[in-house]
Amino acid sequence: MNLENFLLLSAVIFSIGLYGALSKKNVVAVLMSIELMFNAVNIALVAFSRYVVPRNIAADPIGVEAEVAKAFADGVALSETVLSSLLTGQIFAIFVITIAAAEVALGLGIVIAMYRNRETVDVTQANLMRG
Amino acid sequence: MAPLDIAFWIMAVIGVGSALAVVMEKDIFRAALLLIVSFLVVAGLFILLNAEFLAVVQVLVYVGAISVLIIFAIMLTRNVQEGNPFNSFQLPALVLSAMVLSAIAFVVLNTDWHVWDQLGLHVLPGGSDEIFSNTEQGIKNVFGDTTQVIARLLMKDFVLPMEAASVVLLAAVIGALALVREREDEV
Repeated sequence: MNLENFLLLSAVIFSIGLYGALSKKNVVAVLMSIELMFNAVNIALVAFSRYVVPRNIAADPIGVEAEVAKAFADGVALSETVLSSLLTGQIFAIFVITIAAAEVALGLGIVIAMYRNRETVDVTQANLMRG
Repeated sequence: MAPLDIAFWIMAVIGVGSALAVVMEKDIFRAALLLIVSFLVVAGLFILLNAEFLAVVQVLVYVGAISVLIIFAIMLTRNVQEGNPFNSFQLPALVLSAMVLSAIAFVVLNTDWHVWDQLGLHVLPGGSDEIFSNTEQGIKNVFGDTTQVIARLLMKDFVLPMEAASVVLLAAVIGALALVREREDEV
């Protein structure tokens, strides 16, 4: 279990989702494949946040050591130190989840509207705007 | 193999298998149920990566909300005879996603990722529990209780993106309501 394992797993799930999103007829199946792709990206983001050294810590490990030692001595929360940059990847993942939730709500709204107007959920028949 | 490795490989196999099944399954309702399995596997991977808060968010948002929405949409629009067919782009899509996969795999395997061990800090999951410096202790503390660090980050460094995200959510809710509303001037 190392960073490469997580990234390759994420890449495999992303490719499966891409394949489904491009090759399915049903709109809901396309949306489900897009959710798979979101999840794969989240795995990669969280794995990066766990394994990779943030740039500001890599640049000055001695200063970080001193700052963390001072924080421990003073009883300051670690979230106030440079160590909080460890979790930037997880923050990104939270935003991805937020956007995915908004996307799914709107996408399914469009699916319902399309089904109501055209009695189908086949993407190949959604050609109202074809010139 | 260490227990964490065994857990990782089990979840990797279930995750890839359920993701494949979501795409290949003939019955779209079963595909939605398998999608829930893959959401749960991702939550398990988050726990392996010391992201417990995200794992809980994943279960609440994906397993709890998004999958219910998807299943509702399937039940409202399902055409049982039709199943879940592929369109005419199946082969090009297969080729394209295989190319994307090989490109990502090439980059992943040929990049020198700057992981913690290269800095002399042994804090990765599955490593030893011995602690030699304050930085190691601090990193372990941060990953031991991510929630409070995430809260500070969201409310200080990332407060503007967070407010933007809440506006996006509000707009999405209003937009979804406007889309599915029954209009009286329609038939």
